[in-house]
Amino acid sequence: MTGTLLQLETVTMQFGGLRCLTDFSFSVGESELVGLIGPNGAGKTTVFNLITGVYQPTAGQIAFAGKSVIGQRPYRITARGIARTFQNVRLFSSLSVFDNVRTACNMHLRHGISHALVRADGFAREEKEIESSITELLEIFGLAAEREHSCRSLPYGDQRRLEIVRALATRPKLLLLDEPAAGMNPTEKIELMKLIRFTKEKFGLAVLLVEHDMRVVMGICERIAVLDYGKKIAEGTPDEIRRDAKVIAAYLGKETDA
Amino acid sequence: MIERTKSILLLALVLCGVLSLFVTNISPYYYDIIIGVGINIILAASLNLVNGYTGQFSLGHAGFMAVGAYFSSWLTLSFGYLLGLGALGTTTAYVVALIAGGLLAALTGLAVGIPSLRLRGDYLAIVTLGFNEIIKGVIQNAEPLGAQRGLGGMAQHTNFFWTYAFAAVTVYVVLSLVHSTYGSGFLAVRDDEIAAEAMGINTTKYKVLAFVIGAFFAGVAGGLYAHFKQFVHPEGFNFLRSFDIVVMVILGGMGSTAGVCFAAVLLTILPEWLRAVAGSPWLPEWLRPIAENRMILYSLLLIILMLTRPQGLFGEVNLKRKKT
Repeated sequence: MTGTLLQLETVTMQFGGLRCLTDFSFSVGESELVGLIGPNGAGKTTVFNLITGVYQPTAGQIAFAGKSVIGQRPYRITARGIARTFQNVRLFSSLSVFDNVRTACNMHLRHGISHALVRADGFAREEKEIESSITELLEIFGLAAEREHSCRSLPYGDQRRLEIVRALATRPKLLLLDEPAAGMNPTEKIELMKLIRFTKEKFGLAVLLVEHDMRVVMGICERIAVLDYGKKIAEGTPDEIRRDAKVIAAYLGKETDA
Repeated sequence: MIERTKSILLLALVLCGVLSLFVTNISPYYYDIIIGVGINIILAASLNLVNGYTGQFSLGHAGFMAVGAYFSSWLTLSFGYLLGLGALGTTTAYVVALIAGGLLAALTGLAVGIPSLRLRGDYLAIVTLGFNEIIKGVIQNAEPLGAQRGLGGMAQHTNFFWTYAFAAVTVYVVLSLVHSTYGSGFLAVRDDEIAAEAMGINTTKYKVLAFVIGAFFAGVAGGLYAHFKQFVHPEGFNFLRSFDIVVMVILGGMGSTAGVCFAAVLLTILPEWLRAVAGSPWLPEWLRPIAENRMILYSLLLIILMLTRPQGLFGEVNLKRKKT
């Protein structure tokens, strides 16, 4: 670990009387691949929503690259270098594959509205640059042939990949993947694992992965944290997690004396 | 598309100039319809940026139109004489007043937009509707603006050229916005606000921007209208007028500029055409009572169209509720 990129300190999240995250402390280092697992309703997606500013924590601190993200709007946090995908794919359903990625290039534009209206020489140049960078990304992820298709027409696995491409187009330092393997068959899952690892190496990213599927998490993560009922019950290497009694209990249930 | 839009705009403006030479000898009735079509194109295309491309359901477009109509009229009535240096001077005063009317409408749009764009869907529709009524109410009680008597006496500056030149500019602005990476923000906001924020798009900025640009052109359209009819009345900008524009957008197809322009033409001409049909001598006698109730026929046509093509004539975006 070269340095801490994301730091959560005793973060608590309460919705009315429901406390879904309690004193959660956790960190992600630069270019580290970390997994966050836990049974249904353990608070994994809540963690994502807290990091990306969709929710504001009831208590605790969240810092990215040394500076707090608390109170910032989601788009600001994205601009600082955190990109995410969603558990239920949230593509821009009326747009083409290409335009979906293009929206993510919006925040890197050097020029404002007047540029789009007046359309001076610089405008065409910048649009060309964006186009070629999008094409490059789509090629890497094998979606170049579908670039003009409606994103709704893509198979489910491709939609998930497109979401990753779109997140990468914001040029993040940290990529949050929310159950990227959900709904995929075993072959697709193996492909996806390769893809995540490749992406991480190629773009030098840190990746935080929320996942249900143990095989995916165990296969690629360097470190894993386990949540259960909003509390961290374990953290360590995949091997340590596999042997952890609390984790086994949370996933498979405890042996009772009766 | 990206490279040639500017030349297309220029071509359109030249075409407006050339065509305006040919419409001078036209009967006033048809001229009225032609100008009405142009003004409705501006209104529908600009509302489409808000309702169609950005997905914010505004029902107050006539309110912004009123702001532009009254402010530009007040300007030309109060200060027009200062520039009374022949045709060039009054035309300059007129165009400046139109743009000033648009700017005040845009400012109003900003003032209404910032607080109310926290709301979505039906709630935003109700707030904008209320705002429309407030504007109307304010004008009805503003003595310098003629209150309930209306405001008249403006010179007829609006002609074919200015109407269609502004229509061309409106269409150009809307199209060049939505066909750029900058403008992809509008479409992202419409499709999924949470995902848009996650992609680094400031959704509030885009919503307010759409509102402000839409209001600007509504204000310009109001100015054109006022300087064509030479008389404006608060009731001319009630919510029924707003509804007319919304109907054009929905019928044409939300998020399709070609569609809403077509609908603006169609819906301006259709009632007049039905009037002509009802009055024509070759119409069989038994059909005449039906044709005379042309507004019922008109409504019926709208219902049939919406049932058979809910996405509008040209549209691809369905009106079905989005997941939130």
